[in-house]
Amino acid sequence: MTDLIHLSAADLASKLQSREVSSVEATKAHLDRIAGVDGDVHAFLHVNAGALATAKSIDERRAAGETLGELAGVPIAVKDVLCTIGMPSTSGSKILEGWIPPYDATAVAKVRAAGLVPLGKTNMDEFAMGSSTEFSAYGPTHNPWNLDRIPGGSGGGSAAAVAAFEAPLALGSDTGGSIRQPGAVTGTVGVKPTYGSVSRYGAIALASSLDQIGPVSRTVLDSALLHDVIKGHDPRDSTSLRDEWPSFADAARAGLAPGSLQGVKVGIVRELNGDGFQAGVKARFADAVALLTAAGAEIVEVSAPSFEYAISAYYLILPAEASSNLAKFDSVRFGLRVTPEGGGTVEQVMAATREQGFGPEVKRRIILGTYALSAGYYDAYYGSAQKVRTLVQRDFSRLFDEVDVLISPSAPTTAFPIGEKIDDPLAMYLNDLTTIPANLAGIPGLSLPMGLADEDGLPTGIQLMAPAREDARLYTYGAALEQLFESTWGHTLISKAPSLSVSEQSAATEGVV
Amino acid sequence: MAARPELMDYDKALEMFEPVVGFEVHVELSTATKMFSDAPNEFGGEPNTNITPVDLGLPGSLPVVNGQAVKYAISLGLALGCSIAPTSRFARKNYFYPDLAKNYQISQSDEPIAFEGSVEVEMPDGTLFTVPVERAHMEEDAGKLTHVGGSTGRIQGAEYSLVDYNRAGVPLVEIVTHPIIGAEALAPELGAAYVETIRDIVRGLGISEARMERGNLRCDANISLRPRGQEKLGTRTETKNVNSFRAVERAIRYEIQRQAAILAKGGTITQETRHWHEDTGRTSAGRPKSDADDYRYFPEPDLLPVEPSLELIQELRAALPESPAVMRRRLKAQWGFTDLEFQDVKNAGLLTEIVETVAAGSTPASARKWWTGEIARLANAAEVDASSLVEPSQLAELIALIDSGELTDRLARQVLEGVIAGEGTPAEVVEKRGLKVVSDDGALIAAIDEALASQPDVLEKIRDGKVQAAGAVIGAVMKAMKGQADAARVRELVLERAQA
Repeated sequence: MTDLIHLSAADLASKLQSREVSSVEATKAHLDRIAGVDGDVHAFLHVNAGALATAKSIDERRAAGETLGELAGVPIAVKDVLCTIGMPSTSGSKILEGWIPPYDATAVAKVRAAGLVPLGKTNMDEFAMGSSTEFSAYGPTHNPWNLDRIPGGSGGGSAAAVAAFEAPLALGSDTGGSIRQPGAVTGTVGVKPTYGSVSRYGAIALASSLDQIGPVSRTVLDSALLHDVIKGHDPRDSTSLRDEWPSFADAARAGLAPGSLQGVKVGIVRELNGDGFQAGVKARFADAVALLTAAGAEIVEVSAPSFEYAISAYYLILPAEASSNLAKFDSVRFGLRVTPEGGGTVEQVMAATREQGFGPEVKRRIILGTYALSAGYYDAYYGSAQKVRTLVQRDFSRLFDEVDVLISPSAPTTAFPIGEKIDDPLAMYLNDLTTIPANLAGIPGLSLPMGLADEDGLPTGIQLMAPAREDARLYTYGAALEQLFESTWGHTLISKAPSLSVSEQSAATEGVV
Repeated sequence: MAARPELMDYDKALEMFEPVVGFEVHVELSTATKMFSDAPNEFGGEPNTNITPVDLGLPGSLPVVNGQAVKYAISLGLALGCSIAPTSRFARKNYFYPDLAKNYQISQSDEPIAFEGSVEVEMPDGTLFTVPVERAHMEEDAGKLTHVGGSTGRIQGAEYSLVDYNRAGVPLVEIVTHPIIGAEALAPELGAAYVETIRDIVRGLGISEARMERGNLRCDANISLRPRGQEKLGTRTETKNVNSFRAVERAIRYEIQRQAAILAKGGTITQETRHWHEDTGRTSAGRPKSDADDYRYFPEPDLLPVEPSLELIQELRAALPESPAVMRRRLKAQWGFTDLEFQDVKNAGLLTEIVETVAAGSTPASARKWWTGEIARLANAAEVDASSLVEPSQLAELIALIDSGELTDRLARQVLEGVIAGEGTPAEVVEKRGLKVVSDDGALIAAIDEALASQPDVLEKIRDGKVQAAGAVIGAVMKAMKGQADAARVRELVLERAQA
């Protein structure tokens, strides 16, 4: 049974298709793993009590000869930012504690329709505001590589669940790096698709113009398979693209062919590999560049001067949109309601609810965003930030005239100790330095494991970026690079993750069928 | 309650000050679904039934623009002579209020779909006045609050409030004028005529029910005064809750008199919203409103810009109905009314009613007679708009009953009262109140014979050629029939019987 949890989603899927393994067995193995290790990892906020029943119905449909999706029967974890029928959806906030939406997010509905089995909801920084998952109202998630370290954020729960073999796949959301940075620090793969490639309907909004739902996995092919399931136009999301997308799984498989990196023009963005980066990260990045060169890729160093201002612009646009998106949490229609002692007016109830229901980082950003949009400050802050955004888009557009793909480290450092940056918002914000430009421009980005840093033995990640709508390129070159790394190392990176101690609770659970 | 405010004599106010007015008219579009969701756009209904997660602002829900509403807005913009923006954008207007599900309203701010047009308004004396239109933009309506437990029905003093989101997300177009200068003493009449013209335009386009009493058409009137000879505009007030043409006129007149009294004493006008009270004929202070109100507008990131194709705009332009001014000229010719008759109808705001009554089968003459006669009288007594009393189709049915001889004019007036009282259609009221003309000659002849028998001298007189003597018998018969007989027919029968 233990073997089942270590399989990639693609391998598990083929065992399910050949009926070597049932979805009930696969789901049970992962539920047992959750019961065994999640007490220490805390990747999940909610475990789906209906998972085995769902798995059983998939097995029955397969037995009845029904044609099922490629990933049918494979378990999946869902970030709590996504609305799910029958499971609480809190976005990591007390203000939504216990709220069960009357609808599925489109990405979740597509995952269910494809026969995947939701295992539960994963932990995250409150309303996806953070880079460490320490700002979850329900306690931090721990990095499976070192339980004293952060798993990245905001999607630390999804990344840790996949890294700890609690799930082969997870859904995440990426507003400024919330899929890619956790991927980098947990030794997993994460993709932020082109803005509009995946519907945002049912994703509890942080910053509408930046948010994008995407896949989390342990291999590039697995992310491609999941992206294939969730992509596509949704009439309920006006910003979703009407494009016909190619098969991303095919794109990833194409990358495994010999010579797939031959002659590929790869740009190294000077501004995304700066002096402040951890030595171990820079060393692994240099190794990666050497491997790419050896594989026949043409490496050029390029510059995007506007990226210097990207993080400042991001921390104006995001709070501005968030301050408006989070206004609906007022106790009138759903969620927490706090009535001041002795009652109060509706305004006082709203204020008391928001005071108690929101955590410190959420309040900080609401205040920041409200200020940035205020009359008299709008042009200087929000207006200027939008201009920077245009410049970032132009820089990318210019660079992609020269190169096929851009690369950078996915994050400036490896996982830092829990508590280290919790009181230093600016230090925390700098974690997203490398990932933010892609969100500002709406282009796709992929992070995959790049090796362990020498000084702390923790995972590092490399980011690939492609022009908007060219997500397929990321899967092709990403899969090629992943293959290159693994053949050089002689193993996958995740296989070097320490095995977690399994608690006694799981032994008891394991006895029950 | 505040003391009755001092008012200046209207003529004196006009001598000292020049009135400047401006209007914000909200038009509820009669689309099948709401502005940003597929919930039905329906009036009334059980509270909180015509809603979706979008209308409730549930987490994760997203708005989608209603294409029909955009077409309606473009048509309206074109009918107002506006330019249609090749790119217009929605924005978020942020403020906390429990009737606003998301705590922001999706509206258009600096990039409206239609801008810079004008409306020709016909004044009571038949002259034309051009009202400059600044913009027409799309937005969503808010829900409806009911405040329970207070004496005033307002939020202050209420124990609790109920929210109905059925109206939340109903598509609106807001038409904003530039400041209107030059109407002088006729500013109140211009206001009423302007709103009526907008009503006629949207009805002609078929894009709204446009009934003020139902809130399909809502007017906020901005009013300011400046001393004669001064260039700079005075401080304005914005009067809300003016729910009829008549109220628009009265509210403007009232504000001119109120503001003049304050200014003449050296006082200053507070920039604020004011609430019109139909019952007292006064306005009261509402929320202070300053240009510094900070709604933190920013482009709505959940929606793409609205970019109508030139082909669509041309198609909608080609489909525009005639303007109210052109329509008036045509109707006058078709109906054959005299100048005076037509002017009366127009000034009474009854053109649309007569058009619809004629469309429902009545002659223009009888439609005019009833709308400007009995219905106008009843409306005047009740201090409401005539159009709010009865549907044109109901009046047409009533007129048809008169024409077929089933009702006399006198009976028809009673039936009309029943219809207005909500007793049903004219036919139903006739049935319920038993008001049908007795058209059974047998019953009439029996009553005539009885009356003749009791007044033998009358018979003599008639036979002697004194036909007017028949009046006594006719009166007795009508009394016996409780008025439900056609007096002319009774007279015919009396003369027949007398000659027999």
